[in-house]
Amino acid sequence: MKKGRSIMAMLATAAILTASLAGCKGTPSTSKAPAKQTAASQSTAAEGKVLNIWCWNDEFQSRFNAYYPDVKEVAKDKSTTTLKDGTVVKWTINENQNNNYQNKLDSALQNQASAPTDQKIDIFLVEADYALKYVNSDYTMDVKKDIGLTDSDLANQYKYTQDIVTSKDGALKGVAWQATPGLFVYRRSIAKSVLGTDDPTKIQESLSSWDKFNDVAQKVNAKGYKMLSGYDDSYRVFSNNVSSPWVTGTTVTVDPNIMNWVKQTKDYTAKGYNNKTILWDNKWTADQGPKSKVFGFFYSTWGINFTLEGNSLAKPVKEGGKEEVGNGIFGDWAVCQGPQSYYWGGTWICACKGTDNAGTIKKIMKSLTCDKDVMKKITTETQDYTNNKAAMDEIASSDFKSKFLGGQNHIKLFAEVAPKIDMSKAGPYDQGCNEALQNAFHDYFNGTVTIDKAKANFEKTIKTKYPELTEVKWPS
Amino acid sequence: MKTPAKASSGTARKKQKHINYSKWGYVFLLPFFITFIIFQLIPLISTIYYSFFKYFRSGLKIIGPIFVGFDNYKSLFHSPDLFNYMGNTMLLWIVGFIPQILISLLLAAWFTNTRLRLRGLRFFKTVIYMPNLIMASAFAMLFFALFSDNGPVNGSLIAMGLIHQPVRFLSTVSGTRGLIIFMNFLMWFGNTTILLMAAILGIDPCLYEAAEIDGASSNQMFWRITIPLIKPIMAYVLITSLIGGLQMFDVPQILTNGTGSPDNTSTTMIMYLNNHMYSKNYGMAGAISTILFIICAILCLLVYKTMTDTDGTKNRTKKRRRTAHG
Repeated sequence: MKKGRSIMAMLATAAILTASLAGCKGTPSTSKAPAKQTAASQSTAAEGKVLNIWCWNDEFQSRFNAYYPDVKEVAKDKSTTTLKDGTVVKWTINENQNNNYQNKLDSALQNQASAPTDQKIDIFLVEADYALKYVNSDYTMDVKKDIGLTDSDLANQYKYTQDIVTSKDGALKGVAWQATPGLFVYRRSIAKSVLGTDDPTKIQESLSSWDKFNDVAQKVNAKGYKMLSGYDDSYRVFSNNVSSPWVTGTTVTVDPNIMNWVKQTKDYTAKGYNNKTILWDNKWTADQGPKSKVFGFFYSTWGINFTLEGNSLAKPVKEGGKEEVGNGIFGDWAVCQGPQSYYWGGTWICACKGTDNAGTIKKIMKSLTCDKDVMKKITTETQDYTNNKAAMDEIASSDFKSKFLGGQNHIKLFAEVAPKIDMSKAGPYDQGCNEALQNAFHDYFNGTVTIDKAKANFEKTIKTKYPELTEVKWPS
Repeated sequence: MKTPAKASSGTARKKQKHINYSKWGYVFLLPFFITFIIFQLIPLISTIYYSFFKYFRSGLKIIGPIFVGFDNYKSLFHSPDLFNYMGNTMLLWIVGFIPQILISLLLAAWFTNTRLRLRGLRFFKTVIYMPNLIMASAFAMLFFALFSDNGPVNGSLIAMGLIHQPVRFLSTVSGTRGLIIFMNFLMWFGNTTILLMAAILGIDPCLYEAAEIDGASSNQMFWRITIPLIKPIMAYVLITSLIGGLQMFDVPQILTNGTGSPDNTSTTMIMYLNNHMYSKNYGMAGAISTILFIICAILCLLVYKTMTDTDGTKNRTKKRRRTAHG
């Protein structure tokens, strides 16, 4: 009996505790609710209190926290952002590699209909490599019809950024805050020692075709430097200038131009023109740093501010370093167009079907992708190239100078190449195909397999990744 | 307590008690069986069930499930991949396991030998067990960083003047396989040592004393007393290590970034299975796990049979029984 009594007592205390805990949880939300409603009622009716945003890195998060005008406060661990009307933005960040982001997103989307309203995804981001997969699905909302952005709101965006996220039946399913033309970023000091000048127009002249690029690579090598860091650096330049998309029907077509990349990279590896790195690995990152001997990188707009700038510092910002000339090789960079025009990456904001925050989403989309002043501010402060023709042209013709790029106005250069971007060959399989092809041929570059074995390995990976694809065609 | 005087009959009370006890026995067994059925048996059956279906995701569309009979198995056995990856898995396990069991045995023999009077036994036991406490994936990340082209291993080798160019460990077959084997060895030899020590300590010391009086050398004692008597534990170690080895995944997956590079020479069976999960291909993944399950079961039975059959006492009793029956 005694034992029974003590168990009863324990149960009772447990019950009281849980009840009080539940009370704790309950009170703030109920007390907050009326305050929030008054704020929200001015703009839109019955908006959800939680805005769930899914993405794969903190790029959009940092833009949002810094430039969305309604941000009130950011949590210490950055996991949530509170807006002025009390809405809590919850960030769900899943790494991109090996399809991880898409897999997690897909599972969540499939549960979207049954999920409680505060757990439903409201916004998710997509990349060019797989945007079409979501654009042509029912999970994305029409930006014009459902969200309510008007043609005049969207007028200043680059057309290609809208083309790629337009569904088969002509609905615009996403908006981007950035345009992502690609350029060649090079080290001024190495250019001076090898070519005698660091002037972007003169460097561009000597890099304007692949033949010239190869000649420079030889000269760079002769002086003890490396032309490129690794195997994948020039990949996007080749893979963007293809004549057909990766997949038509159930057939994968490897474009002749992609085999040109294989040929060039094998050649560069044999001659020692590159440093044998793999994209995003730590040696590749180190090659962008102060001790590097690498001449340049093919980088898209976002790469300069989001990746290269941080990597080039001798003392990182986290350890108290400043982004200024004198810290590492800050300021020793410049950009030119390079041998061929291309794009790389780009992020689109999609509204997810089933959201209860359509009003907030409209505001976010409008201010972060359509508002000229916000866009201009992002570009001048972060050097990111934003998706607003008028704003970019204004900066291009102004005396804007990037300290990181040794005083160059790179926006001018980007503004010239941005309208040339052609995303008509993009498809839903691009990420899987690009990753598989690069991985399969790394072994070939390393000399562990023959070219035929590398091809067979690519076929094998593709057929495992996408069971619906039946055939791989190689250029003859 | 009820008054004993009032009890109707002694036998009835005994029966009741008996029933009560066995009931509690079942009740205490219940949690295990419930969790086993929910988390092991049902998934196992559904895995086998789905291995007969075409069932995957193409983009956001779900294709299937369509019943296809043994098609998944056929396509698995038609390509050389399954055998290659099985070979990789076995190689990675065996090459790691042989030094592991030898060194563990040696260490266990030393650590339990009272004559050696080793100092700091506790310290060593803790140290050799340490790598096992680290998560395998964290351990793999650590090695990935240590042995990368510009990692500290290459850095210190160059600084010592042993090499001039960094060794690209992870782009050679022997480098990658060697690292995986080495990691598995490091992670598990401590655990095996402790198990074997427990086994050796469980042997009756009288046997050693008697042997010593009879003038046996320590070598003889080790091979004639220790080894035969720890055989059951050795069988246990071998079987658990075999199962763990066949399911090797996290170390090679993280070390090679999921590619099994170079040229799929470090792709294990579970990595192969995981590759099919890219498209949530439950059919093919199910077929692979079923095959792996069967292989695992056969190998375990084989090991168990050989290890227990050579056990002298059992054989003798069997023989005796046989002779008794005529």
